[in-house]
Order: sequence, then C-alpha cells, then structure tokens
Amino acid sequence: MPSDPQKDPLHATGASSSQVKFWNDPGKRALLFQILLVAALVGMAWYLGKNVVTNLEQRGITTGFRFLTQEAGFGIPLSLIEYSEASSYGRTFFVGLLNTVLVSVLGIIAATLLGFLIGVARLSENWLVAKLSALYVEIFRNIPLLLQIFFWYFAVLRALPAPRQSIEFFGNYLNIRGLYLPQPVPEAGFGWVWIALLVACVASWLVKRWAHRRQDATGQIFPSSWVVLGLIVGLPLLTFFSVGSPMHLDHPELRGFNFRGGLTIIPELVALWLALTIYTAAFIAETVRGGILAVPHGQLEASMALGLPRMRTLRLVIIPQAMRVIIPPLTSQYLNLTKNSSLATAIGYPDLVSVFAGTTLNQTGQALEVISMTMAVYLTLSILTSLGMGWYNKRMALVER
Amino acid sequence: MKYENQPTLPPPANTIGVIGWARKHLFHGPLSTLSTLLLAYLAVVLLGPLIQWAFIDANWVGDSREACTAGGACWVFIEQRLGQFLYGFYPGDQTWRLNLSFVLLLGLILWLAIPKLPAKTWVAGFTLLVYPFIAFLLLRGGLGLEPVETHKWGGLSLTLVLAVVGIVASLPLGILLALGRRSDMPIVRTLSVIYIEVWRGVPLITVLFMASVMLPLFLPEGVNFDKLLRALIGIALFQAAYMAEVVRGGLQAIPKGQYEAADALGLGYWQKMILIILPQALKLMIPALVNTIIDLFKDTSLVLIIGLFDLLSIVQAATNDPKWIGYATEGYVFVALTYWIFCFSMSRYSLYLEKRLHTGHGNRA
Repeated sequence: MPSDPQKDPLHATGASSSQVKFWNDPGKRALLFQILLVAALVGMAWYLGKNVVTNLEQRGITTGFRFLTQEAGFGIPLSLIEYSEASSYGRTFFVGLLNTVLVSVLGIIAATLLGFLIGVARLSENWLVAKLSALYVEIFRNIPLLLQIFFWYFAVLRALPAPRQSIEFFGNYLNIRGLYLPQPVPEAGFGWVWIALLVACVASWLVKRWAHRRQDATGQIFPSSWVVLGLIVGLPLLTFFSVGSPMHLDHPELRGFNFRGGLTIIPELVALWLALTIYTAAFIAETVRGGILAVPHGQLEASMALGLPRMRTLRLVIIPQAMRVIIPPLTSQYLNLTKNSSLATAIGYPDLVSVFAGTTLNQTGQALEVISMTMAVYLTLSILTSLGMGWYNKRMALVER
Repeated sequence: MKYENQPTLPPPANTIGVIGWARKHLFHGPLSTLSTLLLAYLAVVLLGPLIQWAFIDANWVGDSREACTAGGACWVFIEQRLGQFLYGFYPGDQTWRLNLSFVLLLGLILWLAIPKLPAKTWVAGFTLLVYPFIAFLLLRGGLGLEPVETHKWGGLSLTLVLAVVGIVASLPLGILLALGRRSDMPIVRTLSVIYIEVWRGVPLITVLFMASVMLPLFLPEGVNFDKLLRALIGIALFQAAYMAEVVRGGLQAIPKGQYEAADALGLGYWQKMILIILPQALKLMIPALVNTIIDLFKDTSLVLIIGLFDLLSIVQAATNDPKWIGYATEGYVFVALTYWIFCFSMSRYSLYLEKRLHTGHGNRA
C-alpha cells in the first residue's frame, strides 16, 4: 500500500497523470504485482501437478475416490457404528471420524470442568489451594502432550494386571485390556423415559420464563433452579419406575483369557482422554483466570453496594462479564483439543488420523486423496468454529455500550 | 485521669506471625479449612511415596540393570543412556561439534535476552542470517569436517535443531504473510488469509504425514529430500501461519499515526515497514513470540510419528530395549523434566518481558 503522491495536486508538476510512468503509479504497480504473483502460483501448481502425475504413473497409482468403496479388510478395536473387516474404506473414514468426535467430546467436557475448577482455585484466598493450582498449571502446560499420553498409556495403564488378575470393584473389572463395566440395556417401554425427559425440558423452559416475568412484574424471586433440577431428574426417574424399570444390566464375565459382554473402555481411549483433559485443563484454567481478572473490581464493589448476596453477585455480575472474555479463547482451546486428539495415532487409538490417514493410507497408497480428506475434516471444523466465534463476538459487541 | 498518648499496643497475637498468616490464608472459614486439610493430606500421601521412589529408594550409580536393587527409581538407566539421549547416534568423537553449535546459540540468545547488552540488531541479524550456516556446517560436516548423515542425528540435539530451524525459517515467512494479510491488494490479502487459516486449521500430525507421504509426490524425478528435511519443511510451513498471526497482532498494536507519519515523510512501502513499523511491532510481539516458540518446542516431539529420533522418540525406543525394559517411567520423567526446564524458563522470560513492556493500566496491577 504505497502512498499515492502522484494523485496529490500539490505534487503534480503540471504534467497530467497519463505521463506518469506506469511503474511509478502505485495502483498499476499493485495490479502488475498481483498478476505476477498469480502467474507464479499457477505456474508452480502446474509444475507440481505435472510432477504428481508422473510420479503416480510411475508407482502405478490411479487417482480418484473409487478406493472408498473397496473392502477394507482390517479390524478396528473401537467403533461406534457397525463395522467389520468386510466394510469399505469409506466406512473406515466414518468410524475414525466418530472416534475422534468421541474422545474430543469426552475431553472437552472433562477439561472444561477441571479447567474451571483450577482456574477459580488459582484465585482462591486460600494460599495452599492457590499455590497447588498454580503448580498444576505450570507443570502440565510445559510438558509436551505426546509425552503425557505416553506416560498414561505405557507407564500407568500398561502396568495394570492381566485379565485373570483383574482389579474388581462393584462389578467392574480393570485390567491391561481396559475397563469392563456393566452395560445398561434398555428394554421395551424405555422410550417413555425419553419422552418424559423431553417433557421435563419443555416444562423447565416454561417455568423459567414464567419466573422471569413474575420477577420483572413483582420483584419476587422464584427458586426456579431447584424446580428445574427436580423436573429434569425427577420426572424421567418417576416414569422409569412407574413403567416398571424397563432396563437390565449386562455384566462382563471372564471367559477364557478375556472378558465378554458388558461395556469395554479400551485403555487407549482412557490414556488419550486423561492426557487431553489434563493438558487442556491447564490452558483452560489460565483462560478462566484471565477472564475473571478482566472483570473490573468496581463491578464487584458495585454489586455488593447494591446488597446482592455473594452467590448472586457471582452468577449475575461476575460470570456473565467474565464469560465474554473467556469464551473466544475457550473455543480455540476446544479446537486445539480436537486437533490434538490426532496424537491418538501414537498409541493406536483408532481415531481419524490413525485409522484413515494411517492404516487406510498404507493399504491403498492413495496419499493425495486420504490426506486431503483428513485435512478437510479438521479444516471444516475450524472454519465452522471461527464463523461461530465471529457471530458470537458480533452479538457480544451489541450488548456493549 | 491521664491525657497523654499511651504507647501503641501490639496487635493481638493471633493476627500476626505464623499463626496470623495461617488464620488469614489457610483457615479463614469452614470451606477454606476443609480444603486446606484435604489438600495437605493428599500432598503428604502422594508426595511421600514419590520422594521415596525418586530419591531415597533410587539407584544412582551402576552400569546395568543389575545395579537397580533398591526398588525405587533406576536412574542408572538415564545415566547409561545419557549420551544417546543428548546426541542420538552422532559419532562419539564428533559430539564437540554439537556442543559448540549449541553453546554458540546459547551465547547469542543470552546476548539478545539480557537487556543491557548493546548492538542487539547486529546480533539478531547474525543469529538469523549467519549462524544457521555455521551451525549447518558444524552439524552436517564439510570443509574438512567429517560429514555426518542426518539419520544419525537424534536426541535432544535433534529436538533443538527442529525447534531452531522451525523458528528461523518460519519467522521471515510469517512476517511476509502478516504483511500480506494487512495489504491493500485484494489478491495478496486473500491468498495470505487462505494460507494462514488452512495451516492453522489442521493438526501438525497431518502436516507431518503430508510432508513425509505427499511431498515426495510433488518433487520431480530423481530429486529426493531426506526425512529430516521433509519434516523441517512441514514444520516451517505450519509454524509460519502461527508466526503470521503473532506478527499481525504486533502490527495491529502500532498506532495509525506511525503509518501516516511514515507516509508523510515520503517513505515507500518497504522503507516504511522496515524502518518504522516492524522494529516497533517486533518489540511488542516478543512475549507472544516466545509463547509460540514454546508451543513449537513442545510440538517438535510429534516427529516421532514419522520416525525421527528426537528426545522423546529416542527415550521411547530405549524403554523398549530388552536390557532396560520396565523403566519407562524413569525415561518419561527425564524427558518431562528436560522439556519442562526449557519451556518453563522461556515462559518466565516472556512473563518478565510482558511486565517490562507493560505500560497500560490494568484493573489490578
């Protein structure tokens, strides 16, 4: 963006602008530069493309997405959808994707809880609580995530006993192959519980709205939180028992060398989840601390001067203002966690990168297609997030004066 | 009746000294007391066995696993393999070259980090433009030095090579991208935005996979990069996008008046940027830059996935050695401590800089 003295009448030396050499005209120069840049990029793309075509021909790889319909022929230890060795390569993509989603969602929930707890604890007036939280953050933030995953997987979970010597607690079994839990199996009639939950949610929303209106009109406060909690927990529970407990537990049993039945949580998932949670929580804690510190002290004092009780000060004054600062970096932490879940491949948790960009890529050799599809998934996710953030920031900006 | 001032009484005994401090900071309410007791109990329960394992029951000297008899940590493992952990498979009589290049680097960085020392610009220029060639010559060999192939590089020195090259290569590219993103030229701006957002949107692993699997496809016949170079290209391209965002933050913090003043002086675009804007922006963005460098440093451990033997990878391989099987924890503790020392000291430095550069007025200073 060079300055534009030529268009300035003070600098014009009597000559009309048509006499200015075109390389001295910033507008034309910029245009020329951009044309050259595009030409260079197109040239480079053409050159690289030509290399790719020759290389692929030499290796006898045909490009295209036809391989997705071929039979995969390898097993995946954890799958949320139906999958067998006879399934297609296309299906491995979705199995991997869902496993990525699974560990990311679990990690996000746990890391948020732990992160908020530690972030708030770091601001505690209690010296020991504050110092230990600070210690937690400083330790786990400064150690590579991959190392933490290895630690949990190879040093902790690999040290668990073999299936025959499983640690048993309340019908659950823990051994080197994973954690075996009883699986709740719904029977006929369980649908009523879901309906009850839906009804409870709608009713809660109505109660909240009514309580809000009444407070606006009369100033009386209705304890809506307790009512909502009672509705959401109580109504489905009541329905469950009134239709005769339509659910039984499928207990894991030791048969031969391993457990059958029940719900199995593989150690790879546990190790990855633990490491992602602990690592990301350290960053979330810092975000939360920053957000709370960003609320001006006067807000707290003003709220106390108005006579608001401490909990209500927190809920109505501090948290809403802190959240405005916290949410954008929090979202980018969530995104980081999701991207970091790709480290799964190092311990063999079957996520998208491990299954699709790992095994499928090695078996088919379709590097271009597989890597592009994998990258596209993460890219879509991050573009969606940044669009959502843009929308959120705009909405928040409107609230401000 | 006495009317003269009495001497001030001392404060009540339970509000001063250790007791007063403890009452104020540890036991100032039921919740606080409860959490103090709970945490203190946990700390004692966890810390005791940890100290027992790491120090009291540990074995420090010996030359094989037979020396580890005390039941605690077997630091003999680390001691025996330390040379490999630091230098990889670099020939033993040539390790002085690694030492020399890193001591040189450390000297340069210290020179840049200590505020009082003069001629920062020249030293920075030397570090970014001349030092890489010296280091390359020392590490790779040539000009009378015995050549050492890159597949023999490993351990902590490889980690440092990855980090340093990643920084040095990505910074100029990042500056160009940041300038491009703030450019008036629509095509340049769009291309920069696409580049930055694409690289920031994907995990480093897929980038490394791409560098190791896809990059060879893009090269003409007969041209072949070695594994380390491919990883370095991947890391540098990836890191450039993050650097660009850091630089953009610095550029945005420069008041508009500076741009206008440079324009008013009749400086061209590059003169304006190099002489006026970037020197100010670079100074402002050092803390953010250090944070990005910390992330990069930790991320270099990912090269394990494509089969390079960096610090983590070489320790991981050593823990699978039948001679030392079962001592994975010791290995991980060693690696964690090494990374931690590097990252923690960098983050402290960044914090110190933030304080030094801080001129605004926070809510609670």
